[in-house]
Amino acid sequence: MNDTTNHTTDDSTDHSTDDRTEDARGARPTFGQRRKDRIDQLATAGTVDDEPGVSLIRSAWKRLRRNPIFLIGAAITLAFIVLAIISPWIAPWDVTARPLLDKVRPQSNPVPGPEPGHFLGADDRGRDLFSRLLVGSRQTLIVGVVATLFGLLGGLTLGTIAGAVGGWVDSLVMRIVDVMLSIPSLLLAFTVASLARNPSQWTLVIAIAIIQVPIFARLLRGSMLAQRASDHVLAARSLGVRPTAIVFRHMLPNALGPVIVQATLSLAVAIIDAAALSFLGLGNPDQSQPEWGQMLGRAQPFITEAPHLAFYPAGCIIVVALGFTLMGESLREALDPKTRR
Amino acid sequence: MSARRTVATWTMAVLAAATLASCADSERNDDGGDGGGDDGTFVFGAAGAPEMFDPFYATDGETFRVTRQIFEGLVGIEPGTAEVVPELATKWTPNDDGTEWTFELRDDVKFQDGTDFNADAVCANFERMFDQNEAGQTAGEYWGYVMGSFKNDAANSLYQGCEATGDYEAVITISGPTSGFPTMLSLASLSMQSPTAMEEGDANGIAAEGEGFSFPAYADAPVGTGPFTFGEYDEANGTITLERNDDYYGEKAGVSELVFRVIPDESTRRQELEAGSINGYDLPNPVDWQGLEDDGNSVEIRDAFNILYLGFNLDGQNEQLKDPKVRQALYHALNRDQLVSTQLPEGATVATQFMPDTVSGYNTDLQPYDYNPDEAKRLLAEAGAEGMELTFAYPTEVSRPYMPDPEKIYDALKTDLEAVGVKVNVKTASWNGGYLDNVTAGRYDAYILGWTGDYDSPFNFIGTFFGNLKENDFGTSGMPWGKQLADDLKAADAVVDDDERAAAFSDINQQIMEDYLPGLPISHSPPALVVGPGVEGVVPSPLTAEEFDSVTVEGGQ
Amino acid sequence: MIRFVVRRLLQMCVVVIVLSMLVFLWLRSLPGGPVSAILGERQTPERVAALEKALGLDQPLPVQYLKFVERAVHGNFGVSTKVLPGEDAFQVFLDRLPATIELSVLAMLLAIALGIPLGYLAARRRGSITDTGAVIFSLVGVAVPVFFTAFLLKYFFAVEWNLLPVSGRQSTGLDATRVTGMFVLDGILTREWDASWDALKHLILPSLALATIPFAVIFRITRASVLDVLDEDYVRTAEAKGLTTRVIRARHVLRNAMLPVVTTIGLQIGGLLAGAVLTETVFSYRGVGDALATAFREKDYPVLQVLILAAAVIYVLVNLLVDIAYAVIDPRIRTR
Repeated sequence: MNDTTNHTTDDSTDHSTDDRTEDARGARPTFGQRRKDRIDQLATAGTVDDEPGVSLIRSAWKRLRRNPIFLIGAAITLAFIVLAIISPWIAPWDVTARPLLDKVRPQSNPVPGPEPGHFLGADDRGRDLFSRLLVGSRQTLIVGVVATLFGLLGGLTLGTIAGAVGGWVDSLVMRIVDVMLSIPSLLLAFTVASLARNPSQWTLVIAIAIIQVPIFARLLRGSMLAQRASDHVLAARSLGVRPTAIVFRHMLPNALGPVIVQATLSLAVAIIDAAALSFLGLGNPDQSQPEWGQMLGRAQPFITEAPHLAFYPAGCIIVVALGFTLMGESLREALDPKTRR
Repeated sequence: MSARRTVATWTMAVLAAATLASCADSERNDDGGDGGGDDGTFVFGAAGAPEMFDPFYATDGETFRVTRQIFEGLVGIEPGTAEVVPELATKWTPNDDGTEWTFELRDDVKFQDGTDFNADAVCANFERMFDQNEAGQTAGEYWGYVMGSFKNDAANSLYQGCEATGDYEAVITISGPTSGFPTMLSLASLSMQSPTAMEEGDANGIAAEGEGFSFPAYADAPVGTGPFTFGEYDEANGTITLERNDDYYGEKAGVSELVFRVIPDESTRRQELEAGSINGYDLPNPVDWQGLEDDGNSVEIRDAFNILYLGFNLDGQNEQLKDPKVRQALYHALNRDQLVSTQLPEGATVATQFMPDTVSGYNTDLQPYDYNPDEAKRLLAEAGAEGMELTFAYPTEVSRPYMPDPEKIYDALKTDLEAVGVKVNVKTASWNGGYLDNVTAGRYDAYILGWTGDYDSPFNFIGTFFGNLKENDFGTSGMPWGKQLADDLKAADAVVDDDERAAAFSDINQQIMEDYLPGLPISHSPPALVVGPGVEGVVPSPLTAEEFDSVTVEGGQ
Repeated sequence: MIRFVVRRLLQMCVVVIVLSMLVFLWLRSLPGGPVSAILGERQTPERVAALEKALGLDQPLPVQYLKFVERAVHGNFGVSTKVLPGEDAFQVFLDRLPATIELSVLAMLLAIALGIPLGYLAARRRGSITDTGAVIFSLVGVAVPVFFTAFLLKYFFAVEWNLLPVSGRQSTGLDATRVTGMFVLDGILTREWDASWDALKHLILPSLALATIPFAVIFRITRASVLDVLDEDYVRTAEAKGLTTRVIRARHVLRNAMLPVVTTIGLQIGGLLAGAVLTETVFSYRGVGDALATAFREKDYPVLQVLILAAAVIYVLVNLLVDIAYAVIDPRIRTR
């Protein structure tokens, strides 16, 4: 799932470089794993900022403002984030309280239905379902954001070192990244999660973060490499600016565009992957802080008798993942100089 | 290297497939449509694949479910109960001190391969089970569990020898009287297998290899005396086919073919039943019971023959827990009635002691600890343990007949404990991935665990829990009464007379619950199985040891 | 070219060795595992020690690893403890592979058969309702968790409407002959048409579920690629030359647009493996994914080891094949 989204992210950059500019193809190695190349292409694509006049971001924003796909995506994302922040205060019930517990009977009434004060009824142990769905947004966001952040940080470290230093360091780091890329990503997440000694929210986050690391690492490295030869870095260097300063002041900020795009898309993937891990029983076993993926995974035994237990969190996941994807895709298109015509 | 090997192997495989394909012929045997026979097929949905088909080396229910249809023991179980009845032996008599048991055997039985079943066959079986190589000693888990040890350590073995004193009379000698003998001979693992087939298939040729065992040929071609014979195991499709034994000495099976189909996912089993592609499955989710009944299936509820308990480690870091008053307080803190009615299937009961009421030695006078949070708080205050900390654990990735959903049970118990001011440190690990290790190593103050009885014997329950002083999950060696309890249990187990023995165990049960308080028995849950419309004759067994020879399927399949 | 392939294969060996070490050490450092799986409630420290000794788990890790390597070199990867106890772990993989190949191939064919024409159509009618609808559909396809898609398909087509079988690979009682282990193919080879048809019916839902993501990706890349080519100078030239639309489409547009699509298809094959774990679980379909899920759950280390390594090898090999295929298709590379 993850790598697929990766490839989707890169397709339009890909076609533009692949088939239009012959020298773009000639410049890079003839062969090579496409998956890596795709990430690399995204890295170079967003950072081209040699057009005079209108800045990349401003022109991108100009187009985004009128793009309905972006607006829908942004609206969903914004609503989700706001909900995640305020949900504990607006949720009518405490998520660990079991107000309807005494109505639960494993055979005759496994999942109490809606009633006044409990808009969606309760789950299988008498907890208010609506409140758990609301508050679930927070944990879902945290898992997504923290996993992406960890992945980004890992990738940033590796990618910056590789891209900024070059030489044998570059080769070494990239070999490590290659090993990580050699397992289908979701499979890597399954493996990491299943090997965790004490499964918890953090093992889930780490499992998902690990699969993001190589992606961000390649992305940043590519971007760094592209800039090392660029005019403004050359200028800075000739002015005697210290190398670290060049990296942090001049190179990193310029690499942010594609990173933001990738991060947005990674968020969607992280949320979906978290659900997949929970489905296989590799998620967070502690239910005191509900999370949509966990709620969906936990609803499996009730799928015939009370499918709504699965459908509500699944619906939420789909909508939010779609929101992030729509936003990320339109952002990427807007930041891609090739489409600026 | 290994990568290249893979490539090579695959190239070979593809070439081989191509060659095969050019001369592929249907190997169907066209004897009467589907597999021969006219009384239909009973297809049962199994949750997992069997380990192999030699019950002696088996440890899990999925294997025993299959082998139970093929094999019989000297001693059997009355269908629908846990009571011991004659099977291959018609009668058995002990000598006065209960160490020599004479078994009269049926004289009309043949193994499915034509070998005679007689006293020599019985002794060949026992000698085979007794004489295991190193790998066999660990794989032959159940023998080790009930008999203590194997031939190379004969002094510590309960089994001492078998002698054929007549064509159909065998004498088995044991080291001392125990409540478990001869009941333990009803265990599927100790079934009678064909000596000829075992010899041909090198039945004892088991070897440890890496983390697992590699089994001899016999383990894939079992031969017993039961109402069904082994057909084939289609691994690719996950089906095991058994065929009716038309030479069976007793009443012949009601269906001509018995198929077990592996369907790991619980809700898929239900959907397959509704679609009519299977005729039944085991352990339906309690949530589905009602819906299944409404759809015309019948949910057969077994008598509970298990116990779920809250165990304490009395030999660990937690000093407060060693005060009986504190433990008493914790018992009063738990609302077990609510737990049982809201979290466990209907028919589950609150436990008063560490064994279900179907086992001899059950003490009918014991009353459950009542739910009384105020009393709990008072006792905690008295013991100076207000706000005590408790490291309390539950397992993940597991569902047992006595605890369908451990996390849910844990959640309820934890809420109750917190309500009386106990600070609970939540610990968890997966069942295979450390939970059992941590429990046996005493890393938790408290934990939830349970037991399903192997056979009708009080020692199989409380003897397992407290009989081994040095190694038990409760850490009773850290308590002044620990040794006394272990000795009492052994003494009671050695009583020859059934009634006296029951009385002795009943007294011990009372002591455990009133004086020792090593843990809190929580509940007994009835596991169920479900069969579709048209299926008759399934007799639910408390030991989850159903025999499918009495099953008939209307209209066939 | 040959040097390149050899280098890549060597690289793969390094990856496999490092990976095997990591997986091995990590698995062994975990508590519980096979011993707990065997003993269950009957576990006591004494019995654990005995079993660990019998299985060689009491030896130091490096020794265990060397033994593992020694056995692996001889083609012995240890025996499965839970997935198929007593069977060689590599054999388990080989046994399960045909099922997954069958499933993946059908899924891929579906994804291609739907993705490419739809992508082409959407590009030709850029901005139309067809286009927007298809784009949104593909985006939603990626946003729905695979196992949920699988569940929905199963719920409606198998349970509610009873059109297709719920789970498994073949109905019981067919007494089908096994040749390759790919049931549909077996039925054709042995002319047991009913067996073949039955197996195919079992394949439809799982392969549809598995196809969603590759479909979405192939669709979008086809659309993007065709759009791009339509804009090319040589297409305009062709139009100006007065060539018929059909000729332009067949000779110039489709052919040139297919290059990136071919790459994508190759890449998706690796991703299918992960999707198969989820899909096969939902449909109780006995393939590699199901074995992997069982091995994860039951901590069947030998099988887990073999399957993870095999997945890596397959993934890398497929990538390599894609690169080679690319070279063959793309004349610009071929000349070099």
